[in-house]
Amino acid sequence: MLEQYGYVLVFLLAGIFFILMAFITGWLLSPNGLLGLKYKYKKEIFEDTYECGVETYGTSWFRFNVSFYLYALLFVIFDIETVFLYPWAVSFKQLGLFGFGEMVVFIAILLIGLAYAWKKEALKWE
Amino acid sequence: MLTGENIVQSVAGLLNWVYSQLGISALAGFINPIISSVVMFGFISVFVMFLVWMERKVSAHMQSRIGPNRVGPFGLLQTVADAIKLTTKEDVKPVNRDKIPYYIAPIIAFVATFMGMVVIPFDKGMVVQDLNVGILYIIAITGFTVIAILTAGWSSNNKFALLGGFRSAAQIISYEVPLVLSVVPIIMITGTLSLTGIVEYQEKAGYWFIFPQIVAFLIFITSATAEANRAPFDIPEAESELIGGFHTEYSGVKFAMFFLGEYIAVVVSSAVAVTLFLGGWLPVAFLGFLHLPGFIWFMIKLVSVIYVVMAFRWTFPRLRVDQLMDFGWKVLIPFSILNILVTAAVWLFLYGKGAQ
Repeated sequence: MLEQYGYVLVFLLAGIFFILMAFITGWLLSPNGLLGLKYKYKKEIFEDTYECGVETYGTSWFRFNVSFYLYALLFVIFDIETVFLYPWAVSFKQLGLFGFGEMVVFIAILLIGLAYAWKKEALKWE
Repeated sequence: MLTGENIVQSVAGLLNWVYSQLGISALAGFINPIISSVVMFGFISVFVMFLVWMERKVSAHMQSRIGPNRVGPFGLLQTVADAIKLTTKEDVKPVNRDKIPYYIAPIIAFVATFMGMVVIPFDKGMVVQDLNVGILYIIAITGFTVIAILTAGWSSNNKFALLGGFRSAAQIISYEVPLVLSVVPIIMITGTLSLTGIVEYQEKAGYWFIFPQIVAFLIFITSATAEANRAPFDIPEAESELIGGFHTEYSGVKFAMFFLGEYIAVVVSSAVAVTLFLGGWLPVAFLGFLHLPGFIWFMIKLVSVIYVVMAFRWTFPRLRVDQLMDFGWKVLIPFSILNILVTAAVWLFLYGKGAQ
């Protein structure tokens, strides 16, 4: 069992390693890298933030639309629902009718929540 | 007969022989995972290169063009040339970036999807590790891409990138819910989360789950397309609106990593669709006389599903943001919940007598 998750861990580390190797290759070969062509450029213009050729004005770390937050809240609720659904689904056959009834009640409460959010126009994109 | 299991066993035998010759049998537990990760990385890189070529050929065909045909036979090496170009390209880093997250984002984007490959069963026994929580693991791991996209959008310090990142995050989390819910009926019927177990159930039952669960399949493939940010759900990268979306400020190798991660996401979600709904490595019933090995069947099905996903791109126009969110929340989620309830009710009605 633990050995199986050892593979997962190795895949994680190996993935990071492959990416770092790719970064290093790019750094070696790209222009102005270690082995690549060298040339001079105006750093403040060349490495400026891209904005359709206009000079960048201010930072982009500003406040954002609240509707993103509403969707995120709803997502958390429904994701937790799925967390409860998965164990139920695995043992659905053993639980039978009683388990089904319980899950119907659970899902109904969530659907009422969805209907409420819908009615309150939380799902309306502006 | 040549099967995936035989190949895996003979490779394992060969490796054990090499270990015993070198006198490092004790280290096998450490070396085997490394070898399997390298093999999987090699496979996925080559397969993604093939897929990029295929996508360009498919789009060319649909637009009455020829597509890449200069580099190599049928332009097959075009993607290799592109990869070399991207590696040797100058890495333009915006000065105002948030330095550490800027580098972490492409790593997460790649690793999150790459780790999903651990549990994909290519054939009976031909799987890196058959975790008993397989499907939950895949959904959990691929869910990390949203963090990569948000990190990329935020750390670039570019207004377009930030907007693209936020839109993309909103889209991915919205479509994650129907994706996860559409899998539940399959788990209910099979009673297991292991991908191998699900295919074995289909083998025993004698039918693929696409037939009783066509609604779930449609929801799954739609949400998977949206999850991978592909057209018609490619609002985060809508070229005409947001330049490049969250990877506007990424160039060279870092862009290539996002690109690779996106294609691996397509491969993983299509592979899950094949496993859950199309019988994984099982042969097509009326073509069973061909006696192809299981992994060949798997690859045929995988490429067909990916072809369908590519065909989406050129068949449907891009959705508007509000339409996209409405479609996810007001159509797909109610339908997937309804699908769960109907499946449960029908199963209990048909077989539920002795279950209680």
